[in-house]
Amino acid sequence: MLMADRLIAASIMALSLYFMWHAIELPIGWNGMTGGPGGGAFPFWLSVVMFLCAAGILIRSLRGKSNYSGNFFDPETLASVVSVAIALIVTIGLIPWVGAYVALPLFMVWYLKIFGKHGWTLTAILSTATPVFLFFFFEVTLKILLPKGMTEPFFLPLYARFF
Amino acid sequence: MELLSHLADGFATSLSPLNLLIVILGVTAGLFIGAMPGLGSVNGVAIVLPMTFIVPPSSAIILLAAIYYGAMYGGAISSILLGIPGASTAVATTFDGRPMAQQGKAGLALIAAATASFVGGTISVVLFTLFAAPLADVALAFGPAEEFALVLLAFTTFVGLGGDDVLKTIIMICLGLALSTVGLDLISGQPRLIFFDEPGFFSGISFLVLAIGIYGIGEVLYTIETSKSAPTVTPAKLTFADLWLGLKEVNKLWKTLTFGSFIGFFVGMLPAAGATPAALMSYGLSKIMSKEPETFGKGNIEGVASPETANNAASTGSLLPMLTLGIPGSPTTALLLGGMVMWGLVPGPMLFIEQPDFVWGLISSLYTANLAAVLVNLALIPLFVWALRMPFTVLCSIVLVLCIVGGYAPSQKIHDVWLIAGFGVAGYLLRKADYPMAPLVLALVLGPLMEKSFRQTLIAEQGNVLAFVERPLSATFIAISLVFFLLPLLKYAKKSSRARGASNEPAK
Amino acid sequence: MTYNFTRGFALALAASAALVTAPVAVAEDWKPQKPVEMVIMAGQGGGADRLARLFQSIIQKENLASMPVLPVNKGGGSGAEALRYLKDKESDNHVIMATLNSYYTTPLRTDIGVDIEEFTPIARMALDTFVLWVNADSDIQTLDDYVAAVKAAGGEWKMGGTGTGQEDSLVTAMLENEFDIKVTYVPFKGGGDVAKNLVGGHIDSSVNNPSEALGFYNAGKVRPIAAFTPERISVFPDTPTMGELGHDLVYWMQRSFVAPKGMDPAAVAYYTEMFEKLNASEEWQTYTTEKALMADFLTGDELQAYFLDERGKHADLLGKMGEGS
Repeated sequence: MLMADRLIAASIMALSLYFMWHAIELPIGWNGMTGGPGGGAFPFWLSVVMFLCAAGILIRSLRGKSNYSGNFFDPETLASVVSVAIALIVTIGLIPWVGAYVALPLFMVWYLKIFGKHGWTLTAILSTATPVFLFFFFEVTLKILLPKGMTEPFFLPLYARFF
Repeated sequence: MELLSHLADGFATSLSPLNLLIVILGVTAGLFIGAMPGLGSVNGVAIVLPMTFIVPPSSAIILLAAIYYGAMYGGAISSILLGIPGASTAVATTFDGRPMAQQGKAGLALIAAATASFVGGTISVVLFTLFAAPLADVALAFGPAEEFALVLLAFTTFVGLGGDDVLKTIIMICLGLALSTVGLDLISGQPRLIFFDEPGFFSGISFLVLAIGIYGIGEVLYTIETSKSAPTVTPAKLTFADLWLGLKEVNKLWKTLTFGSFIGFFVGMLPAAGATPAALMSYGLSKIMSKEPETFGKGNIEGVASPETANNAASTGSLLPMLTLGIPGSPTTALLLGGMVMWGLVPGPMLFIEQPDFVWGLISSLYTANLAAVLVNLALIPLFVWALRMPFTVLCSIVLVLCIVGGYAPSQKIHDVWLIAGFGVAGYLLRKADYPMAPLVLALVLGPLMEKSFRQTLIAEQGNVLAFVERPLSATFIAISLVFFLLPLLKYAKKSSRARGASNEPAK
Repeated sequence: MTYNFTRGFALALAASAALVTAPVAVAEDWKPQKPVEMVIMAGQGGGADRLARLFQSIIQKENLASMPVLPVNKGGGSGAEALRYLKDKESDNHVIMATLNSYYTTPLRTDIGVDIEEFTPIARMALDTFVLWVNADSDIQTLDDYVAAVKAAGGEWKMGGTGTGQEDSLVTAMLENEFDIKVTYVPFKGGGDVAKNLVGGHIDSSVNNPSEALGFYNAGKVRPIAAFTPERISVFPDTPTMGELGHDLVYWMQRSFVAPKGMDPAAVAYYTEMFEKLNASEEWQTYTTEKALMADFLTGDELQAYFLDERGKHADLLGKMGEGS
């Protein structure tokens, strides 16, 4: 826990520095003539405060003044969390390529069948019903097109039918 | 009396059988759209707006009002059931709504939200009816300095929220504010903080992206870890007796409800502010005035009712500057404004005189739509509660899919979906390390408004910082903010001086 | 769920009925096969957005397109986001973009790797006008009063407008150059916001488009001083033009549609014809007269020549402003 606390504080410090580096592309000072702070002032000085506070947390934890104990991650369930996170990232990566209507059902099949250990019937029903619902709710009703990727040609007859 | 006859005419049209059917359809559609994470009244209004050219104008207004109200009610549903605020206006509802759902009181929370919304809507429509014209002048008196002071006030009602680690709270506020500056600097017209030169950052980081990431993905990951695959959402049952009990419970909150309605209406009426700060202020103030502030954030029914009253009242209030000044306070009112222009109406001070039929037709539609919304909502609560009884893994998979699609829908950029995943993982880690999430989300919502009005004032006043306290309205707000800011610190100091020696936390 | 299905089918029926009855006679036999994306170079609620959505509803109401036209706002970075998006959509026949003057100013001000010469021009629908406004409570009646008042304020005169580098600030810079005056330019988020702040007395003057200030004008809350047009605007017959007052100041906001590079010529012809019909529609004609817009329809090479000419003029203007000052 202590280690994780320090690591997170250190990452926030790094992030603040990254923000500051971006912010100094615009003026960060106070300009009385044009009235007040420049375009980079807000992100820059906020990042400075963020940096100092994170440094404070780091120093506090190094001086041992922390009341945390135990593991940061629960070793029993960490694997589940990591696998869900990876599945999500793979799914999002697939969307522009094979389209939402392939990637999302694949994700559901994985989640329900492999991760959730549900039966095939439930998996099949849900992973077919979801894209159908999405199509009618988002595309037909709300006119929000979801990404199709390479599956685009298959949707042309559907468009002709429903729009 | 002229007012009453106008209103009666309005009701005569809005209560015809066709229009009643339209109201019920519109409210139901709005409810479902609002209940989707990522979708809100703006989507509902956007789709029906072109359709309104086909139906008669009076029915069109009613349809729009019904969708608008339906979606406002619906926003609370995803906040309570899934813990994901469907729109920025419903953020405050998650603070207590989510804990209530986890304690198996989802039904009660939904009833509270629905009735509170109804009260808020009703009181504000009455205020609207009575004072629309004179109140427009109040909205005009609000310049950048007043806007800044108001946002500051909304912010300070939240300082010390949950009594978390002070350093970590400050970090999250700064992070939220810094993220809110990504995109374009309005004042100089220059792009800034375009990370990795990625064009997706040009439009900044939307509140929805952060909220869906943290409250959607982050929450699911967190639950997966802590639940050890057992469901944490206590299955809730709901009978008619519960419904009655719930209504009685809400009845006790009449003070909060009245108060929230007034705050909501007045804050919502100010063009720049709108429903989000209104809901936050109402929540913060109820907490400050409550006898047991420590129960807020842990499933206090007042914490659901208070922001819900205010955001509904505010969404009515925000119609006021749209109609009388032609200034939309929210994307939804911007669309409505566009609709009015297409119908050949000129919004502005003359609208009430030149087009009384339209104005009063709209107002009476608001009454009807509000009533229909609460009835449809109450009728559907058992269905929503039933949805919570799904096995945990089934619910999670659906929530994750909705997060992805809901994150994509508003901007239609896959860039935003990546950001959601990133915020989800980061939010999950930060939450485990006891960083509070609410200040981060609030800072991102209020940040752009705060910076813009602050710098506009300084430019207009040639860099004179005293401008904020020289104007009576903004000075008042800033004084109240100071009180709110110091109040929790005083309480904290008192507590820690009492508990000195026992605590190893450095008191600040 | 049931509801959505029924609505879906109802819409499908309506759409197919529309297909049969609507006179969609196209020169070539190209037709959109999926919904057409209408990218808007500005955020929700602004003048550009409202106009684009007006076009969308007229197209839908008059059945001018066989597929729905779906507006998408990409207003980030003063339109930089939209321009980059259109560049990535090369050869896509189902994207068009509603532009405003940031179409040229944004690539001139920041290097975003976009050359507007590459895009395919479709149609210019209108030119929007600019008028100099003051609060009706002020004593200023004429342009001379105005210049005197600004000079007397010694640089503290507050001129409200949209973001720096956008149209309002260019017009303000033109005023400053012409009359040798200095104002404090306060940027706001949109024209409506500017008009409200003018009426509320938080700023001293503005150069709003007529449509943004019309409501307040009808209520007698704001006063037009002079128009930045060659001829008087019909809704403000008593307001002189800058030209009449001896100052050669004319500025337009163009409202046009463009398409990505390499769009199929048959598709270009389809959209051009769609906008031609739109231009002839009664709704649009009424709207332009009411809102003091100049419906000045232009297509093809002439439109491209106009874009390039305007880009050159704006490069000069921005250069004179010393960029961002």
